[in-house]
Amino acid sequence: MFSSLWYSARLRAWAAQAALVAGVVLFVSWIAGNTATNLAERGIRTGFDYLWRPARFPISESVVTYNPSDSFFWAYVVGLANTLWLSVIAIVLATVLGLFVGLARRSSHPFLSRLAGIYVTTLRNIPLIVQLLCWYGVATSLFPAPREALQPLPGLYLSIRGVYAPSLTLAPTGAFFLMSCTLLFIAAMVAAWRYPRPSSIRRPWLLFITTAAWAVVSVALFKALGTPVGLEFPELKGLNFRGGTTLSPEFAAIILGLTIYTSAFVGEIIRGGIEAVNKGQWEGARALGLSERRIMFKVVLPQALRIIVPPLTTQYLSTVKNTTLAVAVGYPELGLVVNTVINQTGQAIESIMVMLGVFLTISLSVAVFMNWYNARVALVVR
Amino acid sequence: MNAPGAVYNYIEPQLPPHIARKPLLKIVFGDFLSATLTIVAIAIILSILPVLNWALINAHWNVASPAECQDGGACWAFIRAKARLIMFGLYPPGEQWRAVAVILLILAMILASLSPRLWNAKLLAVWATAIGVMLILMGGGIAGLRFVPTSKWGGLPVTLLLAVLSLGLAFPLAVLLALGRRSPLPVIRSISVAVIELVRGLPLVGLLFVAAILLPLLLPAGWTIDKLGRTLAALTIFAAAYLAEVIRGGLQGLDDGQIEAAEALGIPYWKMIWHIVLPQAIQNVIPPLTNTAIVMVKNTSLVLIVGVFDMLSAARSATTDPAWPAPSTEAYMFVALIYFLICFGISLYSRHLELKVSARAHG
Repeated sequence: MFSSLWYSARLRAWAAQAALVAGVVLFVSWIAGNTATNLAERGIRTGFDYLWRPARFPISESVVTYNPSDSFFWAYVVGLANTLWLSVIAIVLATVLGLFVGLARRSSHPFLSRLAGIYVTTLRNIPLIVQLLCWYGVATSLFPAPREALQPLPGLYLSIRGVYAPSLTLAPTGAFFLMSCTLLFIAAMVAAWRYPRPSSIRRPWLLFITTAAWAVVSVALFKALGTPVGLEFPELKGLNFRGGTTLSPEFAAIILGLTIYTSAFVGEIIRGGIEAVNKGQWEGARALGLSERRIMFKVVLPQALRIIVPPLTTQYLSTVKNTTLAVAVGYPELGLVVNTVINQTGQAIESIMVMLGVFLTISLSVAVFMNWYNARVALVVR
Repeated sequence: MNAPGAVYNYIEPQLPPHIARKPLLKIVFGDFLSATLTIVAIAIILSILPVLNWALINAHWNVASPAECQDGGACWAFIRAKARLIMFGLYPPGEQWRAVAVILLILAMILASLSPRLWNAKLLAVWATAIGVMLILMGGGIAGLRFVPTSKWGGLPVTLLLAVLSLGLAFPLAVLLALGRRSPLPVIRSISVAVIELVRGLPLVGLLFVAAILLPLLLPAGWTIDKLGRTLAALTIFAAAYLAEVIRGGLQGLDDGQIEAAEALGIPYWKMIWHIVLPQAIQNVIPPLTNTAIVMVKNTSLVLIVGVFDMLSAARSATTDPAWPAPSTEAYMFVALIYFLICFGISLYSRHLELKVSARAHG
């Protein structure tokens, strides 16, 4: 009887799992015991009440307002806001650039495809942090003083003190102007798409006419309100620039590095997606007499998108995680704030838990979105 | 079933239609779009020229004193002066032959294990011995070698050791996690899923913080693991989670019949895994495995953030020498070149392996 128990697969499975659970519980309680002893010995305070005490350390730049008398909690929020700000800008720029890189690599143009190939190979094989430090080195040692600042585009100045760009200035009526322009544009587009079009006008013409009408109305509104929105250009006054927007060398280096690095990966994902679409789709569409551009946008890209989106989301997620490398050049994103808080309070466990919690939340919500998207797309597959 | 007496008209085999190659000028300036693209490409190449001018023509390769590098142009002489610091960190100068020996040993081992025909248990044993020899060479303390604490290790040997050790230690862990994730037992499966998703959801910088700052708080007071060991632990766990997902892909691609046949033959579970499942599963995922290897080589550079003295940190500390005028770009470009050579080498090798595998599969 015992031998039959000994050879019972079910019993063995349950015994193995019970042993594993016991092992995990023992391990965790051992860690918890150690931690409690260590914390007591070193006299480190625990608990999250430090969150509401004033932080008393400066944060060099932030997208939300901060001053050192704000609480530690607010310092974390500032760090998170900077992280998200970096992520959004880098993702948008990298996607646009990556689209060009991917299309350039696929193009039949010999120079362009080779240039794009060199770009992708070089950037993908060098660690991001090396690239960031390199750009930071360029921005802080090779850029000239503000007097001799480089000017790659009108109004954009690169100098050792940072990057200066034109900024948007809003008159009191500015917000009203921008909002009404946006609403008018949406209305015009909806009208052009939904309104039954006269058969004599082709759709692109209709769109062009609607857009032109919108532009005329917007310009009239612009004049009527008396220049509600303006561009303020940075100007050299004395030793430094005044006016416009200033990007610190840290911010500029990170955005440049993250964008360029990510664009190489995005380019490869887009190229892979387009190449994965069956060649028969191109041939079939050509046989039907569609133009190359219509084949690309109406036949190939919609199918490629289904292949592109999952790896692209993964890439976006790793871009968000990669913003933590900004620590290396000293831009105050969440990782750097966490590091500073640990130095200030000694409450390492709580502070690192905050960081891990934030990133886990972001990762898991993206994972949930991806599962939803895959399920939706899977239904379309025939 | 053909009707008797039917007449068949066989079509003569024909060659594919001849497509004349376009002349280059026509490709490049044939129509409006390609002409525009050509101009764009030429503009991009022209905009790189000032960089080449800085890096090659105005560059200083050999200077008598650092001050000669003041007038713009890349200062490659700086790399020449600091090569030892960047390559070996703070390793005692008199003992640096040991660091060189470690680098050569790693290169020799990698060259020796390139051919898939040699991949067997014996090679694993040779690798284990070689790594033991490398650690003894770096650390010393026995066989007449002077003791060098890990705090003095630095530069390229640390980068290479971190990459090789983290991947090597992560691999068995990854196999266990991947098998656990596919296990029918709910507890084992959920623990594996939790570990994999937790680690993959975190940035490596977060894990390095945990290893560098938290680990000493979590272990009993007497247990001191030095910083290098702790970062190695973080890198290993990180690599294991990513490798596990790759290996899981290989396991999913495996024909169920293989496992069923092995079970029918009464082969014990672990023997089946070792001799039947893993060899096939891993062969299916060689390209993503090498990709992960490249990612991990690049990731070793992040240890800079927690103050481990790898090649990148060594380069950074070299740039702080006030005698040289602002040489940081040159230093990082040099480090970038070394990383590029390693990673590009791995990707070329991966392409070669892939061709070999597909050639065998298609006869």
